[in-house]
Amino acid sequence: MQELAAAIRETARKLLEEKTVDLVIGFASGSLPLRSTPCFIRKPEDAAKLVFDAGCENNLANYLRQRDEKVAVVAKGCDTRAIVVLLQENQIKRDNLYIIGVPCQGMIDRVKIDALLDGKDLLAAEVQGEAVTLKTAAGEKQVALVDVLHDTCKTCQYGNPVIYDVLLGEPVKPRQADDFADVKAFEALSPAERKARLTEEFSKCIRCYACRNACPMCYCSECFVDCSTPIWIKKSVDPADNMMFQAVRVFHLAGRCADCGACDRACPMGLNLRTMTRKLVMDVKELFGYEAGVNLDAKPALSEFAFDDPQPFLVKE
Amino acid sequence: MIIKKSELNAVLDKLLAGYQVYAPVKEGNYAVFKQIANGGQAYLGYSNSKIPPKGILFPQSEKLYSYSVTAEGARVEEHIDGSKKVVFGIRPCDAKSITLLDFVFNNDKYTDPYYMTRRNNTVLVGLGCNQPAPTCFCTSMQSGPFASEGMDVMLVDIGEGYVAQALTDKGKELLAGLGLPEASADDQKAAEDVKAAAVVSCQVNTEGLKAKLDAGFDDPVWNRIYEKCLGCAACTYLCPTCHCFDIVDDAVDCNGCRVRNWDACMFPLFTLHGSGHNPRPSGKERWRQRVMHKFKYFVDNFNATACVGCGRCIKNCPVNLDIREVLADILGSEARLDK
Repeated sequence: MQELAAAIRETARKLLEEKTVDLVIGFASGSLPLRSTPCFIRKPEDAAKLVFDAGCENNLANYLRQRDEKVAVVAKGCDTRAIVVLLQENQIKRDNLYIIGVPCQGMIDRVKIDALLDGKDLLAAEVQGEAVTLKTAAGEKQVALVDVLHDTCKTCQYGNPVIYDVLLGEPVKPRQADDFADVKAFEALSPAERKARLTEEFSKCIRCYACRNACPMCYCSECFVDCSTPIWIKKSVDPADNMMFQAVRVFHLAGRCADCGACDRACPMGLNLRTMTRKLVMDVKELFGYEAGVNLDAKPALSEFAFDDPQPFLVKE
Repeated sequence: MIIKKSELNAVLDKLLAGYQVYAPVKEGNYAVFKQIANGGQAYLGYSNSKIPPKGILFPQSEKLYSYSVTAEGARVEEHIDGSKKVVFGIRPCDAKSITLLDFVFNNDKYTDPYYMTRRNNTVLVGLGCNQPAPTCFCTSMQSGPFASEGMDVMLVDIGEGYVAQALTDKGKELLAGLGLPEASADDQKAAEDVKAAAVVSCQVNTEGLKAKLDAGFDDPVWNRIYEKCLGCAACTYLCPTCHCFDIVDDAVDCNGCRVRNWDACMFPLFTLHGSGHNPRPSGKERWRQRVMHKFKYFVDNFNATACVGCGRCIKNCPVNLDIREVLADILGSEARLDK
């Protein structure tokens, strides 16, 4: 990880020095333990601020749309998948983008850390190989890295960037195939149980729209929730409208969601948003054999019609 | 007086006979203030609640009045909540934040009947912070782990119980009804020791901040500060002092209600004019507004800073955009986050 960070700094410095790009978007050290933060570097000497570690959980593709300057971005596998979708949707000019691809072993989920600490505040933490040492006022605790990774990372099939101009570091080994066990478990519930589960979850939603804003694919200039003619959902917070917001958000992402988990990570209330987005990811994959953001030349699922497309919602097959 | 921890549930149950009681309740990994039905639901082993208790007095979605049209004419029914409430276990930063909301909802230009009726009928029972969180910077914001501003009663956790001190007439009345034993000299001493031992490790330098902001509307620093902001409302909705709202009608035809909802200066829609013009078109202007409102306009209007150092915006920002660093950037200072 240290060597990878050094390589990122060196690459960024060079790109800025040689004026290949005007801006490098990467990660710098954050202000909380296990937390790195998006940063914008414009001077070669500032490239020294760049880091890469298990706290780089944000999807930097979010910062690439509608930029006039030439930009380099430090991109993990999921970031590159989002970039592919944004390229396909004409939101980014490929000629103005330089992708610094970095293989990713997975990012730490601080919600899981909080659960392990039972109300204690994390004062400091250190990742060493496969172990994480957590320091609180009550003492030190060791946990296995794999146990505190984001669920998205545990099922991620694209730890290695799918598109890049330069690839730094050693490619990571592929993970076990994703069986969508979380989605299937949810589907196995009765409609009443599913409704109860969702109502409970979305009664916690405060409608801060962090999920929407963190999603690289949510870029409508006017979101349906803000539309006043007609009013699609009420402005007031209640579980039914909160659920409606999520349902429409998820459907807008059908065939476009790169399963990066940015929505889930951004939620300050710790809602499980991923089961819903992944239901659509799974359906698009099973019905149309399509995975968003994996291949720049593939036609997006919603842009193509084939006569043998399954249509189970029209006729029983 | 003293509330033994073994007696806490009984004390809360006693309060429930005369008041609606709001207390921190554990929900998954965090605590939130909720109306409790029995003392056993309260959970005081938290550093600070996920959502500030401001919503008890200023709900996120508040029905102001409902209306309907019938054959006889229009009918309007106002919803003013005059129920007696106790907020039990509110932290010093959050209690202070309510004194700041008072400036907004009760001043020489306007008195808000919805907020003020609740406020006047609510007793705030505060709980000092034996172990402030690493993101707490209350001592830099004219508060502290045992500051009592805004509280009617203050509790100090001395291990086996809470030493309770009434600070206002409302507080005295509340405690008088509970028939609690007096705290012994040893208990008082233990409370003083706990107060002396609490350390807020994080200091934020605010020296010269107001002067800098007075002259800094066009400072180039605003071009950088907002860059990584996603424009969501996690920071404002979880802030105990943010109080901006939007009033809408939730109605079908002529029947419905007028609702006051929290709004956030981070949203593009916040200042979008009917003409389509937006005076705050990007994150730059929105972030400038957020900082100016808290650290300049509020000071100009009410001679107080609209930040209490609770650290919620720091803990909950999806991209770790830290207000402490923003203030340091504005001041051009390197001295920040003293550990």
